[in-house]
Amino acid sequence: MDLLKRYIPVLFLLGLVIGIQLMTHFTGTGYYLTQLTMSAYYSVVVIGLCVLMGYGGQISLGHAGFFAIGGYLAGALTTHNLMPFKDYGLITFLDRTGMLVASKDLYGGDLLTVEPWAACITAVLAAGIIAFTIGGPVLKLKGHYLAMATLGFGIIIYRIGLATQYFGEADGISEVPGFKLLPGIEVSGSFGARVLNYYIAWAVVIVAVILLLNLIHSRVGRALRSIHGAEEAANAMGVNTSRYKLYIFVLSAVFAALAGVLVTHYNGGIGPSEAGVMKSVRYVAIVAVGGMANIWGALIMGIVLNFLSLRGVFGSYDDAVFGIILIVIMLFAPQGILKINPWQQVKSFFSVLAAERGEDTADS
Amino acid sequence: MRRVLGSLLTVVISFCLVAGFSPVPTAKAENIKVGAILAVTGGASFLGGPEARTLEMMVEEINANGGVNGNKLELIIKDSGGNPEKAISFAKQLIEEDKVFAIIGPSTSGETMKIKNIAEEAQMILLSCAAAEVIVNPVAKYVFKTPQKDSDAVKKIYGTMKDLGISKIAVLTGNTGFGNAGKGQLENIAPEFGIEILASEVYDKQATDLSAIVAKLMANKDIQAVVNWSIVPAQGILAKNMRQAGWDVPLFQSHGFGNIKYVEAGGAAAEGIIFPAGRLLVAYSLPDDNPQKTLLVKYKVDYETKYPEDKVSTFGGHAYDALTILVAGIEQAGLDKEKVRDAIENLKELPGTAGIFNFSPEDHNGLDINSFEMLTVKDGKFAIYSK
Amino acid sequence: MTPELFIQYLFAGITYGIIYAIVAIGFNIIYNTTGIINFAQGEFVMLGGMIAITMNAFMPMTLAIMVAVLITMVVGALIEMVFIRWLESPSVLRMIIITIGISILAREVALHIWGESVRALPYFIGNEVTSVSILGARISPQVLWVIGVCSLMVAGLSLFFKFTSLGREMRACAANRRAATLCGINTKNMVTLSFVLSAGIGAVAGCVMSPITYSDYSMGPNLAIKGFTVAILGGLGNSLAAVAAGLLLGIIEAFSVSVLPLAFQDAIATAILLLILFIRPHGLFGSSEAASLKEF
Repeated sequence: MDLLKRYIPVLFLLGLVIGIQLMTHFTGTGYYLTQLTMSAYYSVVVIGLCVLMGYGGQISLGHAGFFAIGGYLAGALTTHNLMPFKDYGLITFLDRTGMLVASKDLYGGDLLTVEPWAACITAVLAAGIIAFTIGGPVLKLKGHYLAMATLGFGIIIYRIGLATQYFGEADGISEVPGFKLLPGIEVSGSFGARVLNYYIAWAVVIVAVILLLNLIHSRVGRALRSIHGAEEAANAMGVNTSRYKLYIFVLSAVFAALAGVLVTHYNGGIGPSEAGVMKSVRYVAIVAVGGMANIWGALIMGIVLNFLSLRGVFGSYDDAVFGIILIVIMLFAPQGILKINPWQQVKSFFSVLAAERGEDTADS
Repeated sequence: MRRVLGSLLTVVISFCLVAGFSPVPTAKAENIKVGAILAVTGGASFLGGPEARTLEMMVEEINANGGVNGNKLELIIKDSGGNPEKAISFAKQLIEEDKVFAIIGPSTSGETMKIKNIAEEAQMILLSCAAAEVIVNPVAKYVFKTPQKDSDAVKKIYGTMKDLGISKIAVLTGNTGFGNAGKGQLENIAPEFGIEILASEVYDKQATDLSAIVAKLMANKDIQAVVNWSIVPAQGILAKNMRQAGWDVPLFQSHGFGNIKYVEAGGAAAEGIIFPAGRLLVAYSLPDDNPQKTLLVKYKVDYETKYPEDKVSTFGGHAYDALTILVAGIEQAGLDKEKVRDAIENLKELPGTAGIFNFSPEDHNGLDINSFEMLTVKDGKFAIYSK
Repeated sequence: MTPELFIQYLFAGITYGIIYAIVAIGFNIIYNTTGIINFAQGEFVMLGGMIAITMNAFMPMTLAIMVAVLITMVVGALIEMVFIRWLESPSVLRMIIITIGISILAREVALHIWGESVRALPYFIGNEVTSVSILGARISPQVLWVIGVCSLMVAGLSLFFKFTSLGREMRACAANRRAATLCGINTKNMVTLSFVLSAGIGAVAGCVMSPITYSDYSMGPNLAIKGFTVAILGGLGNSLAAVAAGLLLGIIEAFSVSVLPLAFQDAIATAILLLILFIRPHGLFGSSEAASLKEF
């Protein structure tokens, strides 16, 4: 029963995903899927961050940094031509083990690049290792110190992207090839592959959601909630709080990096703005709006806000809208707007009604 | 769980609302939709701002005069904030949803390179306002750009240096796409002119003080001139820091200096700066038989009348040229996208703000080194440089 | 290194450093009375400069600067009253997010009022090329203005906190808010006052530095990050230490160009920030015991 309860919303989400695709198909509005796909990937960052902030109680103003590590590494590895180095031992070795892929560029030149799967695993692993390394000292900090340390981490990643030739400096990386997940299934932004990519993105989201739902209902989840409630008490009870915090920090970093890899292949490129402070702040804003410890809320807000922003609905007030959202939500609904729940209101309205009727019948 | 279901319901409803309220592409035959992806806000707003204002002004005027071949223009400006992922999203949106006729922009090279392939795949005419040469080299069938070539600007600067007997220089660049591209060209072309770069430094696009680096460079007595390549306010700061330190070697700037506001901000320190630029900045001092003169004076007067707060700049000029080229193409070839593309590719002797455009299938920029004039700052105004 | 070059670097460093210190002191004043780090501190500096430049078109510069500082102080007070005053013991996380939101909003409002272009106040003495010779190095007189005005502010503030009753009440509030309330101090007003004060000093700094660095709508966050680094370096809440730390960071940045490429100059502050957070989060000059008593 408990399991059923947990997964019914997932099924509902699945139905919704298919429903929206069919709806756009029949109304000829397939172009909405482009932004829905991008929003789905960004939401993976958001739900990872949501678990870190809501269940782990740790703020991170540097998650765009992890996203960028994933995106930049995957982009650079699969785009930069290794042909000139093909006689070096390491490259030959990689080539023999099938980690490299040869292709032709648009103008007929020979290209030798890292296989997207190998690049993806490298990028995600790198993000995980970096998160693990800095997580130790960073997570010892609290409050403003933690916020600033994560912010500083994000800035350093941004600076590296902006100053390194390998990562394209201010222009970023362009012409990143598609990512063949399986034969015939490719993450790429070409117009023909849109529906397929929509489903790939949402499959990733659903898997991520299921993983996180299981996590928060497991022993780890309970430990995390105890950290959020009262860390010292949890510590005294023998919960190894720092280990769990680190665990969830690394997990959310891996989520962000994976999203970065997929967005980069989907968009065919990445630029330094993806690593910028404003991006990290946006992720935090979305988590805050959705409700700190509410994966569904974060997911919904991640989709809605990114979708609107990517469609340019806010025009030149895009950042301003996020600023206002941050302030208003934190002032009036620090638990997130979805905690102000219309369903709950309707239900309580009916239960009051039912109670009154009950009294009526009792009288007569 | 019900709460979750409730939330999901909310989201369905909100999506329906969004879908319902969004502008559904209406097929009015007489309107030509022109999309523009510009960095109106964000770090590159000093490019996107004037570009957006220029386009709005031009479209208003064109429509007031009866449109292009009797068809009204409809301008859709999308503010990318300089973010490539937004530029990508907007490009797809403009192509498929708004079904625009052509796209102007983006403002930065990084964004343009991200949507180059998208435009190519969708066979959409893209007129970029960004400078980097990779945009049109290798040539993509549907992609054009309006700013002059960096390499020509560098050649113009090095040529002037040769005349002055300068051979040892220091190079400073901003860490923007424009700065990076310029740095590359400066380093590549230097040997051709027998110029030696003794020091090369990159500063942050938000740098507020460069006196320390000026002190360091000044200590190297071999440096005969400084070249600064950026589009950011630091161009004026560098001039001030150099002159305050009493370092009076010639200061060369790139064509990114083409905004009188940088001169105003630099004040007395900006005097004597030498830089290559299109003739827009010296419109009034051109001889009357110059084919660009009428157009330049008109743009300057129109822009500064409509936006009294702002001064005309070469950045806005890039958008001006983009729309001018598009309109010329449509006037020749009508409303068939392919024909307009072919027409643009064959445009000859078309005066624009950046120079005289001569497109060809091999050259989607259409400008040569003669589009540049060496300018200098005299009494707080731009003037044509003479030795 | 020649002595002239040394002096030149030193003055460049002191100029940056004292500006960072002023931003850090702004952080500290608010932190001491509220326990909040005001992420919008850099925006006060921006507002001061931008308003003064606009006012300068209508009135003499001295008056324009005074008006700008006053307006910024009012903005500071408004921010406190609208966004912070009525919150009952908000969590640190919530306050971080709210002040970040205020910072974004202030920046966007400035963008839509003033546009994207840079502006500058005229030099107080001379113009862009005037310089005075000190020990063989040539320094703009505006640099001396920045150093002078900021030093005066630091001195004025420490006198204010030591010798005026209002200053003492604010310190009492910082030391123990509840005890201060019990002594009849209106702590809420003290919090407002702290916002007014830090907005005011930020605005003054924004005006004196404007001729050198220019002002534009997006200058805030960079300053805030440097200021925060300095505040942490000195030990959060300790304003005199912030001055020392500010000068230290400024001088390190200035001298760094002699050994490192200029491109890394901005990474230095971030690296120092992370280093100090990992090794000595209570700051160079603070004691770890005092730091552990503070709530964060």
